[in-house]
Amino acid sequence: MIKIKSPKDFWAGMMFLGVGLFFAVWAVVNYQMGSAVRMGPAYFPAVLGGLLALLGGGVVAGSFAIAGPAVPTFHFRPLLLIVVGCVAYGYLMKPLGLVGATAVLVFVSALGGHEFKWKEVTILYVVLIVFSVLVFVKGLTLPFPLWPEALG
Amino acid sequence: MEIFGNLLLGFTVAVSPLNLLYALIGVLLGTLIGVLPGIGPVATIAMLLPITFNLNPTAALVMLAGIYYGSQYGGSTTSILVNLPGEAASVVTCLDGHQMARQGRAGPALAIAAIGSFFAGCVATLVIATAAPPLAEVALKFGPSEYFSLMVLGLVAATVLAHGSLAKAIAMVVLGLLLGLIGTDVNSGVLRFTFGIPELSDGIGFVVVAMGVFGISEIVANLELKGAREVFTSNVGSLMPTREDFRRSWPAVMRGTALGSFLGILPGGGGVLSAFGSYTIEKKLSRHPEQFGKGAIEGVAGPESANNAGAQTSFIPMLTLGIPGNAVMALMIGALMIQGIAPGPQVMSEKPELFWGLIASMWIGNLMLVILNLPLIGMWIKLLSIPYRYLYPSILVFMAIGVFSLSNNPWDVLIMAVFGAFGYVCVKLECEPAPMILGFILGPLMEENLRRAMLLSRGDPTVFFTKPISAGFIIASVFLLVIVALPAIRKKREQVFVEEQP
Repeated sequence: MIKIKSPKDFWAGMMFLGVGLFFAVWAVVNYQMGSAVRMGPAYFPAVLGGLLALLGGGVVAGSFAIAGPAVPTFHFRPLLLIVVGCVAYGYLMKPLGLVGATAVLVFVSALGGHEFKWKEVTILYVVLIVFSVLVFVKGLTLPFPLWPEALG
Repeated sequence: MEIFGNLLLGFTVAVSPLNLLYALIGVLLGTLIGVLPGIGPVATIAMLLPITFNLNPTAALVMLAGIYYGSQYGGSTTSILVNLPGEAASVVTCLDGHQMARQGRAGPALAIAAIGSFFAGCVATLVIATAAPPLAEVALKFGPSEYFSLMVLGLVAATVLAHGSLAKAIAMVVLGLLLGLIGTDVNSGVLRFTFGIPELSDGIGFVVVAMGVFGISEIVANLELKGAREVFTSNVGSLMPTREDFRRSWPAVMRGTALGSFLGILPGGGGVLSAFGSYTIEKKLSRHPEQFGKGAIEGVAGPESANNAGAQTSFIPMLTLGIPGNAVMALMIGALMIQGIAPGPQVMSEKPELFWGLIASMWIGNLMLVILNLPLIGMWIKLLSIPYRYLYPSILVFMAIGVFSLSNNPWDVLIMAVFGAFGYVCVKLECEPAPMILGFILGPLMEENLRRAMLLSRGDPTVFFTKPISAGFIIASVFLLVIVALPAIRKKREQVFVEEQP
């Protein structure tokens, strides 16, 4: 049983290896390769994908030989809440308007912090929404719907 | 003298009320985000890119440039007062600057940092004005093979100067190049790697990637940290440095400026490397090396001048060759492209008012920083007491608005979030995202130039080695890689970057 001495490098290498192979194989299978004189759409990505896979393989190989630090713990809570908050903002903009979407983003992402106080976050939200409306909607005239569709 | 005519044109553009206003907004914003830890110039510029769409190109670049060098100033303030580098380039300033603050000499440290930065900014402006035109002239003669090799050199240099493992940095560049290829292939019209998603046919937006990788992932990474800050607000003391301070500082300022101006021009260079180089030199040259780390003023003066000089001269390759040397310059290129200006040597001849106006505005911006910064220090310190739990939702709101406004499509926000998560994984696996961003910008350009070069040479790949300029770039790239791979230097490089971690 070979032991992984550097988990960080191992996983980074695996990521590169996987992505590289994927790009190379996908390009070769789906697009024209062409020749060196007239390169087809597959040529450059296939070469780069191969290179990336090679580099990834090298990093993986190295992770068995040279000791390195462990992968630090992932903090999924802030990551998840912030990602969800942003995505929700994007998809709720039409149905809920700027006022609603910003509320979702601010409250959801604030849950990802160390402490969450309703009062504080509400004040923060009010300040941010007033600022956004004044600067972006009135000032820069970005075409955002302000209020939820159902109300308009 | 042509250069004076050019600079004069630049100043007439830069002192127009509108450009002055944007320079002011830029440097104020820059200082603000430089002071606030947890948000850097890259994320801020990425955040503001969509808004610059509504400005004229000169005003847009003037403002974005102001953010960059303003952040260098702001970063030094937090380093000195709080021992928290607001900016990567200010890490070194913590070492001696904060010690000076503990000894009740925060005032002189702040003043010397500002004066040194201003001096460096003036010199760097002149360096850009003299070095850029000849460089652009040479660059105009470049064919596709020269461009391809130059981009190889730029990318290699970026990896060499990245933190941590060289192989991982190169892999990140290649990954960036690949991601840059997503979308419609210009030559054949084929949709590549779009997986039937219509939004991908124009490729992934650069702003979206940059905000995800630098903005979102930074916030998540910051939320893991819990730390009390130690602020020296009450005893900033007299701002005026003593005569002795000046005597000890000015040689350091001169050396720092020279070093920074030079390192900034190199691809991959810029503020961080210059500051570290300068600190090492000052410590080596000093007659009292034992004072370093205990409040030696040279340790503030040198690196602060160097990082400002480096930040400014790193505009040279971007402006003359269209090649970004660091992530901020990659964003500047992005800003030019948003404005419909193809970056490259022709910018100077086709848009002289943009080019020279930007250069002149840098000098004006530096002047504003000196005038504004010292009296406003009290205000910046107050801002430092804003808890991060108020800051990060605000940053997220601005990022989300900016990204959504790109095309009024939730897709962009989704992709930003995806790249945010990816950036967070990269941080955990110690893969620097900056080289990836450079690759991402250069991907389509590299492919285009490679194709043209190979078409011209009838498929003969030796063309990159037989043309003298191109061969020079390739040799330089190989040389750089070999040097870094040498065990002795690799050790040294690792040391430098280990020291850099606060």
